Amino acid sequence: MGLREKALKKSLWVYHVGASPCNNCDIEILDCLTPRYDIERFGMVLVGSPRHADVLLVTGIVNRKCVLRVKTVYEQTPKPCVVVAVGSCPCSGVLFRDSYNMAGPLDRIIPVDIYIPGCPPKPEAIIAGIASLLEKMR
Amino acid sequence: MNLASALGWCVSAFVLAATAGLLASWLDRKITARLQWRVGPPWYQNFADLAKLAGKEVLVPEQSNRLTFLAAPVLSVTGMTACAGMLLLAAGRRLGFEGDIVLFVYLLALPPLAVALGGSSSANILASLGVSREVKLLLSYELPFLCAVIAACVKAGPTTSLARILLFQEMSRPLLFSLSGLLGFLICVVVLTAKLGYVPFDVAEAEGEIASGALIEYSGILLGLFKLGKAMLLAVGPAFIVVLFWGGFGSTLGGAIAGFLKCLVVVVLVVLIKNTNPRLRIDQALRLFWGIATVAGLASILLACAGW
Repeated sequence: MGLREKALKKSLWVYHVGASPCNNCDIEILDCLTPRYDIERFGMVLVGSPRHADVLLVTGIVNRKCVLRVKTVYEQTPKPCVVVAVGSCPCSGVLFRDSYNMAGPLDRIIPVDIYIPGCPPKPEAIIAGIASLLEKMR
Repeated sequence: MNLASALGWCVSAFVLAATAGLLASWLDRKITARLQWRVGPPWYQNFADLAKLAGKEVLVPEQSNRLTFLAAPVLSVTGMTACAGMLLLAAGRRLGFEGDIVLFVYLLALPPLAVALGGSSSANILASLGVSREVKLLLSYELPFLCAVIAACVKAGPTTSLARILLFQEMSRPLLFSLSGLLGFLICVVVLTAKLGYVPFDVAEAEGEIASGALIEYSGILLGLFKLGKAMLLAVGPAFIVVLFWGGFGSTLGGAIAGFLKCLVVVVLVVLIKNTNPRLRIDQALRLFWGIATVAGLASILLACAGW
């Protein structure tokens, strides 16, 4: 493992892509930054621009309106980057899977590296997901 | 000084300022985390960030002005290196020239100017908003900053040489322990917070509303250089304030450690200001700097003229 991978694993900057979520997962993501969980311990911070990001956290079913946006954000992110599907919606579409407005699930649109199911997933689950992502990157 | 030794001096100034700056930025993040009852990142976090950014892809927007876009981050780091070199020469060897403080103040304005240049060349609307705020902020805080610097120059001489100001403080006592010096010191600490773009004065970078502002299109090593420039400012800025108002760094080991501790105090002051204040709108920031801060600056010049 080179210095490049090592540094990447120690400093994951996260951009949060809201692809028509119900806001439940988004609140759980913010929970990860609170004193109880504090993922900045591992060098993870939320950034405001996809150009700065290493990780795209996607929440929501990805409806027809935001397909293009999700694709654009993925293209705007400098590589290497990883995509994480947070919540059951981007993983499978769950009860929205037959909706007229459903364009997902996420892996039909952009390549996904890790799935964190749950409605919403607990912060522990999100951290566990990121931990297994780090395993995978090795 | 010949070319080779000047080059060596530049390289050592860069390495020293970069290391000190990255460690100071870690201190900032750690103190912030502790104040929020979090644990905070490990000490090497900012080094890891920089190494990671160096390994990332660099994207240049299609409609940007390529040359300016690529040159701006380098300008930021170069300006900070020059500042660090001048401070090292003045504090370490008492070398300098009459008027070097003017040059220093100009060089200290380079990182915000570089951010403005880079942002405006990146052809992004949010970046242009950030640039407009950054330049307004620059115009507003330079005025009280210049007042404070002039007060120090008047009190210590009058002279406009960093080395002379240091010598004056060695002969008598640090400017901080006079009324005009104390005012100037406080103004400079607040201005440094604004120069760094830290929280009450982070309108230019406001992550929630304009998505990192001027830096929005920057990626990879270019972003890393901007971050490095800012980190170096967090080392160079406090060192400048310590040299100007607090007697600088002694020539002995004990003196150097004392100087280092003084810089730490300034860094901690800046971090505390950052963590205890809500963000000011740009008009509020302008009112603060052109109003009460400038009045305080002028008062400190008058006090210095009167010998206080």
